[in-house]
Amino acid sequence: MAEQSDKSNKQDAKILMVSSSPHLAEAGTSKRIMFEVVIGMLPAVAMSVYLFLDYAAVVLISSVLACVVTEWIFNAVRKRPQTTGDGSAIVTGLILGLSLPPSLPWWAVVLGAVVAMGVGKMVFGGLGSNIFNPAMVGRAFLMACFGMMMTTWTIPLLQQETIINEDGTEEVVAITQATPLGQAKAAIRAAADDEKNNIDRNTCYTIEVDGQWKDMFMGNISGSLGETSTLCWLVGGLFLLFRRTITYHIPLAILATVTFISAIVWMINPDVYANPMVHLSGGGLMMCAFFIATDPVTCPLSKLGRVIFGIGIGALVMLIRLVGGYPEGVMYAVLLMNSVTPLLDRWTRPTPLGGHAGAN
Amino acid sequence: MAVTKSAKIIGKFTFKRGVHPPHRKKFSEDAGIRAVTLLAGSTVVVPMVQHIGAPNKPTVEKKQEVTAGQEIGSSEAFVSAPVHSPVNGVVQNVTAMNHPLGRKVLSVVISVGEQQPDQQQWKQFPADFDAQKYDSETIINATRQAGVVGQGGAAFPTAVKLKPNPEKPVDTILVNGCECEPYLTSDHRLMIEAPGPIVAGLQLAMRAAGATKGIIAIEDNKPDAINSILSCIKDTNQIQLAICKTKYPQGGEKQLINAVLKRVVPTGGLPLDVQVVVSNVGTLSSLAWAVVENRPVTQRIVTVTGAGVKSPGNFRVPVGMMLSDLLEQAGGLTDDAEKVLLGGPMMGPSTPTLDVPILKGTSGITVLTSGDIKRQQATACVRCGRCVDYCPLKLVPTRIAHAVKARDIEMALDYDLLACMECGCCSYVCPAQIPLLQYLRAGKQFARDIKK
Ligand code: SF4
Ligand code: SF4
Repeated sequence: MAEQSDKSNKQDAKILMVSSSPHLAEAGTSKRIMFEVVIGMLPAVAMSVYLFLDYAAVVLISSVLACVVTEWIFNAVRKRPQTTGDGSAIVTGLILGLSLPPSLPWWAVVLGAVVAMGVGKMVFGGLGSNIFNPAMVGRAFLMACFGMMMTTWTIPLLQQETIINEDGTEEVVAITQATPLGQAKAAIRAAADDEKNNIDRNTCYTIEVDGQWKDMFMGNISGSLGETSTLCWLVGGLFLLFRRTITYHIPLAILATVTFISAIVWMINPDVYANPMVHLSGGGLMMCAFFIATDPVTCPLSKLGRVIFGIGIGALVMLIRLVGGYPEGVMYAVLLMNSVTPLLDRWTRPTPLGGHAGAN
Repeated sequence: MAVTKSAKIIGKFTFKRGVHPPHRKKFSEDAGIRAVTLLAGSTVVVPMVQHIGAPNKPTVEKKQEVTAGQEIGSSEAFVSAPVHSPVNGVVQNVTAMNHPLGRKVLSVVISVGEQQPDQQQWKQFPADFDAQKYDSETIINATRQAGVVGQGGAAFPTAVKLKPNPEKPVDTILVNGCECEPYLTSDHRLMIEAPGPIVAGLQLAMRAAGATKGIIAIEDNKPDAINSILSCIKDTNQIQLAICKTKYPQGGEKQLINAVLKRVVPTGGLPLDVQVVVSNVGTLSSLAWAVVENRPVTQRIVTVTGAGVKSPGNFRVPVGMMLSDLLEQAGGLTDDAEKVLLGGPMMGPSTPTLDVPILKGTSGITVLTSGDIKRQQATACVRCGRCVDYCPLKLVPTRIAHAVKARDIEMALDYDLLACMECGCCSYVCPAQIPLLQYLRAGKQFARDIKK
């Protein structure tokens, strides 16, 4: 016995680690998820810089920097451990920046970013506790304060014209133009006005818009920085799906709903309503479907909940675009659906395999 | 290796959700089972609790001589299983000793004597074996006498499981040969080296429970085991083989029943509620020897594996052998060994001491090294929903964990905390590295405390 215990004592001298099972973990971390989202956005970032040059750089850099610094300051003031390393502030910064018009001055961007992080996220207690998508909170704030600046759309610099001033100097003028969806909205309004005044122009109001979807697909249109190229978002979105960073439920539900509703109204009256391709490629819908609505913190937990969430966003977007006061609607649709996420979580709670037993 | 074609194979099955941890079976899957003999003078510790149910009372006293296979603890209770001495020797003490559960449990400490009986052969089953010769009662009594308990981990007394219940008839015995835990290979090796007793045990179990069908389920990463079992069941009636996709926790009772039979065990219920009894391959092997030779359960197959042991392998170990002695048989721990698990990495608890005995339910010892263990700080839940998407029971682990953290046991129970089978999939996938299962276990403990 003595000899025995000696031996085991020798091995016990080695301090063994004790912890709760499971003792293995999948490689993914929250940080990695965030950085995969950033990678997914890179095509759109590159495209925006290609199209809007220094305009894009200024907006994106000030947005990201302001987000990170705001988070840092909040943590520092509240004496919390620093969380800026988890990458979520960078994601918020990029999404906010990409949803802004290229001509927005840097100080407005910074203001929006501070509100996004401060009001949208940190006052709730930081990552994971916020109810609304922080980037959308920041954008909503800017919309409310600087409505004019927020709806002034510059066309991509590549198409800008250089004019020669009287004194012989050359100057690049940023030409502004309504976005395709803005034009689509105008078409609906014009048709409604004409109907009210009993004018029958016998014309196709949407002829200008309908042809634009190819440009919209590539990005050659006016709009917010990231709104322009559908292709880039598709590439990024597929990357996220492929990496399993997001699941297909929300993007599919949003895109299917938008296609469905826009196809119906378009088939009913193609003269007044823009075709589904315009609705799918415009107004940052792709960005929303893959990158904004899928923000894990503010979307429902269960798959069923996510599907309903996506359908809700798609339906609200179309409601706003077709009857509401704004041409795009993504931002309000996301914020509205964010607010019902807790309810959706309750309603779509999965039933355990074998049924719900509860406290009995 | 290709699987032999056979009409006995009834298809390929799987269940929803669950995870794909690395297999890590390479350490020991090709190592033949080696019998371990105890040195004279060494000690074995046989705890009175090795099963779910009432604890046994020691039936021997200090200084008493015992022989291998002699009953040394038993209980009158219906749900219990007696324990036997694995060796000839002398009872050194009857006292509370370290137990793998983490507390001290009344145990019989035996000092191993000089003269030991020869190793019993355990691979070849008598050729003239005929299950029809035994009736249900004989089988169940022999199973009980021999102290057979589930060897897959839960250690429920097998006789209790098989006893026919007129209200809940059983039509199928489902044999769990999945071994879905990473690292572990004891069932795998047993199926390759000794399929005969497993199949005989299945036939006996079917007779005992009155089941008309027997299905042996094996994961598709073990083609050699599949072939081995196939060659053994080709001349039997009523026994079939189900191949399951390799996924964790395929070997969970509810998952296995759901995959193979498409039946759903009600929450809080037993496989019996859907006319099924699930049994592990090792258990059936023990059962067969118990019935045919009255051989008590004093040995079991244990995988000793992981990067933290010098020579991993599969061992036939006397129940009661000290963990430290067994590790020595496997070459001892390496210098970077950090964590010793009683079982596999998904469900096995870690032990702070090597001074604990091997039990009837110990299927393996996994030793992880510092390189295997990535210590990560848990961060805030990002509500990604992965724990929900992968929980094989469709629970909402993040909600339950939050409720437990807030000490809101009502809420946790309402979210079916008690249904959790502690498989660990939720913790495994959580990108925020939140030890969800740990919270759930704590929650169950709170719930028990409140009840009291
Ligand atoms: S997996 Fe982790 S981070 Fe994701 S919802 Fe569950 S607890 Fe939260
Ligand atoms: S909640 Fe329980 S059953 Fe579900 S994955 Fe976690 S440990 Fe497994």
